[in-house]
Amino acid sequence: MSQSSKYSVETKTRTSSIFGICLILLVILAVFVPALVSRSVLQDLFFILTMLVLAQFWNLLAGYGGLVSVGQQAFVGIGSYIFFGAIILWGVNPVPAVLLGGLAALALAVPIAFFAFRLQGAYFAIGTWVCAEVTRLIVAQWKQVGGGTGTSMPRDARKEMWGSEWIAQVFDVRASAALDILAYWLALVLVVLTIGGIYWLLRTKRGLGLAAVRDNLEAAESVGVGATRMKWVVFLVSAFGTGLTGAIIYLQKARISPDAAFSLVDWTAFVLFIVVIGGIGTIEGPIIGVLVLFTLQSLFADYGTWYLILLGASGIFVMLFAPRGIWGMITDKTGLQLFPIRRRLTISNKNNEKKGNENG
Amino acid sequence: MKLLSLKNVSKNFGALKVTDDVSFTLNEGEALGIIGPNGAGKSTLFNLITGSLNVAAGTIEYDGVDITRSSAAARCLSGIGRSFQIPQPFEKLTVFENLVVAASFGRNLNEAEVTDDCVEILEKTELIGKANAIAGSLSLLERKRLELARAMSTQPKLLLLDEIAGGLTDGECLALVDTIRAIHKDGVSIIWIEHVLHALNSVVERLLVLDFGRVIEQGEPQNVMNSPEVKKIYLGIDI
Ligand SMILES: Nc1ncnc2c1ncn2[C@@H]1O[C@H](COP(=O)(O)OP(=O)(O)OP(=O)(O)O)[C@@H](O)[C@H]1O
Ligand SMILES: [Mg+2]
Repeated sequence: MSQSSKYSVETKTRTSSIFGICLILLVILAVFVPALVSRSVLQDLFFILTMLVLAQFWNLLAGYGGLVSVGQQAFVGIGSYIFFGAIILWGVNPVPAVLLGGLAALALAVPIAFFAFRLQGAYFAIGTWVCAEVTRLIVAQWKQVGGGTGTSMPRDARKEMWGSEWIAQVFDVRASAALDILAYWLALVLVVLTIGGIYWLLRTKRGLGLAAVRDNLEAAESVGVGATRMKWVVFLVSAFGTGLTGAIIYLQKARISPDAAFSLVDWTAFVLFIVVIGGIGTIEGPIIGVLVLFTLQSLFADYGTWYLILLGASGIFVMLFAPRGIWGMITDKTGLQLFPIRRRLTISNKNNEKKGNENG
Repeated sequence: MKLLSLKNVSKNFGALKVTDDVSFTLNEGEALGIIGPNGAGKSTLFNLITGSLNVAAGTIEYDGVDITRSSAAARCLSGIGRSFQIPQPFEKLTVFENLVVAASFGRNLNEAEVTDDCVEILEKTELIGKANAIAGSLSLLERKRLELARAMSTQPKLLLLDEIAGGLTDGECLALVDTIRAIHKDGVSIIWIEHVLHALNSVVERLLVLDFGRVIEQGEPQNVMNSPEVKKIYLGIDI
């Protein structure tokens, strides 16, 4: 038909292409950062990277799947505990043990989903939290990894960790600093895979279906989108990624306890804050959100409870006055998209290109 | 050839019986109008046929298959498309993306394979100028058009239209009737719920009247409109 030559579909914008190149350069730079910065800066970066991954997965879950889970600590917890268990009980090297942590979270997600998917809205949220608590109570009974008080990573395991000796030599640092560098690199790989993977997903047909489910479940089903399957996929993928992150976090900490690994505040509340402040339902939002959280944390963490109150208050403030977060405000004003997923229908006339209408 | 048949279908919300032992059949290529007062259970009937709601009793057969327990998505894939009475666009997606979702999922095709069809439908429904506008920013008329366009994108064999002409001006209504007639002429079977009777009667071959969830009359539009039962319901309303 005559239309086929007249129209084309585009997602890229010029800004996004430039941004993409900058991003690649940034990642390359990030690989060499351990040689350039102090150990405490590296630890801060590790915090930012790991929280960013948790936030991206929670955003996938809540912002796209409409699944507002407040039980993500279940997956951080089980991921890190199986990671420790694999090292202590089965003598697995910590680096491959990270993967086992992710798989354990994936396995736990199946029964949790069976239970929680029967619940709607607030009940779903409470259901996931209950599941996390139950998992924590069970794990606290696991005597070989320290029961309720927790345990540390065995000295041997730390020494024999893949790559740590090499790092210690190349960077001329002690074993504990080498562990930080290794953890940082693992976190960097995870961030790249996570953001890359989510961006890829959102640009596929499946991603479009997910956005439709997010906007209107009933309408999505009425045009053939299998919403239930979509939710399963999102829930399982998020659990897997969250479990991996948990394992990497505790690889760096080298010490674990049930209360810390299953902390609602650390692994869900902060993550929720990041996504809400930054802008839910976007890839850019969590990136901004994690920087905001880090800044607030560096400035006010010494104030203890007041710090948490401040976080809560600023979260509520944003929800009231900028419900789509900081990134939402920016896109509303500028139309900027750094990770563009919009499919723009472009009408190409004989003489020049003309766009369908508005929005870029 | 029978396309759709409902047998003794019932549905209740708590104590309220909204669909009460409804049975009817629709032949392939037929256009059926459904009328009835507000709250008669017309939209609910659509929700039962599309699988947005599950029946409490009875069976629904479509194209020779019992679909009573099929999911809404599966029913769409088998050829049942619908529009919603209150437009339900994918608010944060563009108009074009709204159609791409429907066309690619509803027909199980790749995105690239449906671009041309989506463009054609955008042109037919006069939405082409708004292709890249965010659906949430559309006016009511545009939202109604989008409802029709999105339903068409799934390339249904059976199209369910729920009060698509309500609130339109006469000119807009005429254009809409033309579009629907063209769809019908292409062989699509249609069930159309409508209060704007002159628009409805210029398309459908048969009318079905619902009241309190029951089918109280069905048949040729002329006969139905003249039946005493229907006159009682529409008493005082100019038809
Ligand atoms: N989800 C629901 N829960 C409870 N009651 C409902 C629900 N949906 C519809 N109803 C009730 O069922 C009855 C039938 O509603 P329905 O929307 O099917 O009517 P309708 O014939 O489409 O009316 P209208 O002409 O106003 O669109 C109404 O009394 C309505 O209030
Ligand atoms: Mg209705």
